[in-house]
Amino acid sequence: MKGCIFNIDNGYLEGLCRGFKCGVLKHTDYLNLVQCETLEDLKLHLQSTDYGTFLANEPSPLAVSTIDNKLREKLVIEFQHMRNQAVEPLSTFLDFITYSYMIDNIILLITGTLHQRPIGELIPKCHPLGSFEQMEAIHVAATPAELYNAVLVDTPLAPFFVDCISEQDLDEMNIEIIRNTLYKAYLEAFYAFCKEIGGTTAETMCEILAFEADRRAIIITINSFGTELSKDDRAKLYPRCGKLHPDGLAALARAEDYDQVKGVAEYYAEYQKLFEGSGNNPGDKTLEDKFFEHEVRLNVNAFLQQFHFGVFYSYLKLKEQECRNIVWIAECVAQKHRTKIDNYINIF
Amino acid sequence: MSSKDRLPIFPSRGAQMLMKARLKGAQKGHSLLKKKADALQMRFRMILSKIIETKTLMGDVMKEAAFSLAEAKFTTGDFNQVVLQNVTKAQLKIRTKKDNVAGVTLPVFEWYQDGTDNYELAGLARGGQQLAKLKKNYQSAIKLLVELASLQTSFVTLDEVIKITNRRVNAIEHVIIPKIENTLAYIISELDEIEREEFYRLKKIQDKKKINKAKVEKAKAELKAAGLLKESNQPANILDEGDEDILF
Repeated sequence: MKGCIFNIDNGYLEGLCRGFKCGVLKHTDYLNLVQCETLEDLKLHLQSTDYGTFLANEPSPLAVSTIDNKLREKLVIEFQHMRNQAVEPLSTFLDFITYSYMIDNIILLITGTLHQRPIGELIPKCHPLGSFEQMEAIHVAATPAELYNAVLVDTPLAPFFVDCISEQDLDEMNIEIIRNTLYKAYLEAFYAFCKEIGGTTAETMCEILAFEADRRAIIITINSFGTELSKDDRAKLYPRCGKLHPDGLAALARAEDYDQVKGVAEYYAEYQKLFEGSGNNPGDKTLEDKFFEHEVRLNVNAFLQQFHFGVFYSYLKLKEQECRNIVWIAECVAQKHRTKIDNYINIF
Repeated sequence: MSSKDRLPIFPSRGAQMLMKARLKGAQKGHSLLKKKADALQMRFRMILSKIIETKTLMGDVMKEAAFSLAEAKFTTGDFNQVVLQNVTKAQLKIRTKKDNVAGVTLPVFEWYQDGTDNYELAGLARGGQQLAKLKKNYQSAIKLLVELASLQTSFVTLDEVIKITNRRVNAIEHVIIPKIENTLAYIISELDEIEREEFYRLKKIQDKKKINKAKVEKAKAELKAAGLLKESNQPANILDEGDEDILF
């Protein structure tokens, strides 16, 4: 019965998404790609996958950045196709996914405006998934105050801004801190939205988002060691929707070195595993690689259940990881640096 | 000995002294310049070997830097634009200093860090470690580049100076010194010639004088014999001392 109701609105799109998912590169495809000697070989191998002839019109010699752009273009077209067909509440859900790209774009534009760069130059450099109508209007604003009052309040990101960033902050705060504050607000809002939808969607999405939140908290803590970021400021950047909330976050806020972070993670079974397998020695997987692998695992798990929105999010994330994998392999091939070519994150 | 190979100078003792002094000066200059050229040459070789060393190192370092960019992109995604938009001024700057090698000033570039790291927090949520590594790698690449630039500039400057010095050394050795030597030889030969001429002239005058004297004696004797000549008792002219003309 549930499936019946779900399928009235979203059955086609879920089917479409699962179909797209079958095009995600398999382990054997990666093995083939890793064997390539040149980028032309790589292109040939990609042709035999779901990517087909997406590089056919590119003149040689092929640059890695071209591959990157084309991969992203394809992903964007697929996602926008789904977005255009979607109805409430899936459309809001898909919009929520694009907000993370919007944050990146807004940050880019704010940085550009603060440094008096022409906005026209910046617009093409934004991520296409995160573009919104008001983006072009940003060039109207000459000062950060105008930017805040006239433009940002109209964007879909306005609620995130209003809650956590005041007008003065735009001028004074480090742009990375603004970005992370926004992202925190975004994650919490997305988490709340998924909870509101309820059912299987909440089940799968909250799992993924909680992990995302915890990962951010841990990585921010580790990366802030040795920088000017104070502990209080750091604590403000932790998204409060993960499993670490509230005890783990409080402990993280007090942590002073890597071992203390590890100590905090040991209270949580799944993160303990990740910390144990990681190391900074050559040949070891780094903590971030471990996190990526875990994220991929969670996203793959989302496909195990039916009649929920998580598949869309997972599909996009997996596809993004795949793009990074292909670009990584392409870079390794182009730079003839084969020793680390196997560091890509396997998906299926 | 054509007049081209020697200086246009009148052959005299004075000129000879002058030439001798000039020869000595030229020889001294030659040895000094030679020493300078050798010192420069030594430095040149040293720089050359350093350039080769740095260039081979450069290849590796650049490769590593480019690869760490790929690594950072893998974890962080596309961060190019944000970093590019954030740039206001260069973080590593160059100061020029001067180094003196045998009187040649060589420009030496020295890097120094200006201001603090603007991107300390970049990649805070993702890939911070990769970014730190990336920064470190590119910084070492830039330092190497600065060093290489400094070496290359020294190389070019030294090359120029060595060429000039060598040209001077060769000019002194093969043109100026032979010319002075030729002039000296010419002066000596001319002086000898003049001396011989002079000697011959003296001889000739003495001969003439002898003949004249003999003639006068003879005439006197004849007159005496004829009793025509009396011993003159006239007082001698005070102006005429009865000397021969001093002039030969």
